Amino acid sequence: MLDVKAGDEASFELLLHRYRTPLVNFLYRMVRNREQAEDLAQEVFLRVYRAREDYVPSAKFTTWLFRIATNLALNSVRDNRYQKLEVSIDAPVTMDAEDGDERTLDVPEKQPNIEQHLVEESRRKMIRHAIDKLPEKQRAAVLLHKYQELDYAEIAKILSCSESALKSLLFRAYESLRVELAPLVAQQVKNQG
Amino acid sequence: MSCEKMASRILGYVDGRLKESERLDAEKHLAACAPCRLRVEEFRAVSGLLDELPVIEPSPAFDARVHALVAAEPVKQNWWAWLRISPRVAFAASMLLLATLWLGFYQRQQVPQLPWNNPVIADEQMMQDLPVLEDHDVLSNFEPLKELPPPVQAEEAPVDTQQQM
Repeated sequence: MLDVKAGDEASFELLLHRYRTPLVNFLYRMVRNREQAEDLAQEVFLRVYRAREDYVPSAKFTTWLFRIATNLALNSVRDNRYQKLEVSIDAPVTMDAEDGDERTLDVPEKQPNIEQHLVEESRRKMIRHAIDKLPEKQRAAVLLHKYQELDYAEIAKILSCSESALKSLLFRAYESLRVELAPLVAQQVKNQG
Repeated sequence: MSCEKMASRILGYVDGRLKESERLDAEKHLAACAPCRLRVEEFRAVSGLLDELPVIEPSPAFDARVHALVAAEPVKQNWWAWLRISPRVAFAASMLLLATLWLGFYQRQQVPQLPWNNPVIADEQMMQDLPVLEDHDVLSNFEPLKELPPPVQAEEAPVDTQQQM
């Protein structure tokens, strides 16, 4: 980032290449809409570019990057929730983006794989819905902890809370997931045992 | 260790992020507590289930869209950055500034001390000029000079000569 600050365009390209996939995935899991996730990820990179001259390396770059992403995602989730409340009760029921994405997946050609594919998709759907049901902040904490593998101090900075508050947040989130995914969890524990 | 304490460390234990001493304490508790042991297994299972979600790739147009957004950004005018790029110009500008400051200071020192600005010097100067001032007083109030007829005007002279003729 310091090279970007010095005006090195190639370094910005490097940042884009390195962080676009983790960012899009994080945002996709937060907002549950692929197009919106990409728009938000582009906005994150634009903000990074705009702030390059004022960038002070007081924290790790990833912490700063995911802080911007988390704030944008939380605002977007709140805006979406508000918009959903405004939708008429007579509006036709539509598939959510997640289901839409699932339908676009290629169906395996071989017959024995179809059943396996459907089982896997059903499991994934359950997991996604369990994550979706978490309150936004808990969801962000789980995604940063599980998929970005950031340490507690970094996640606490991103979510503007203390480390002990973050641990409590994560514990409650995993507890909710454990309850929500109880059948899958029991099956998993049985397989492990 | 109590079950509450274990609950606060359970995620760290599952992630392998506990310190060595904390990990040993947790394992000691788990060896004796079946409910906490089950919870650890369930948290591991949750973590394993989260791993099942596939990673999506950004669309092929993603980079191009970011580049377009960046290219549309207005260019900032930063004079300091410009000076950083041209150290010779920066050096010349600083030398010019120094020269201007030095000249201003030098000229200020060269300004003559005017006598009326300093009362002591003004008094001394007045004492030196006193004879001249006295002469001026005498001449301006000299009575015999006042009795003299006013000077003849140059325009009237030719008229007088014509009348005499």
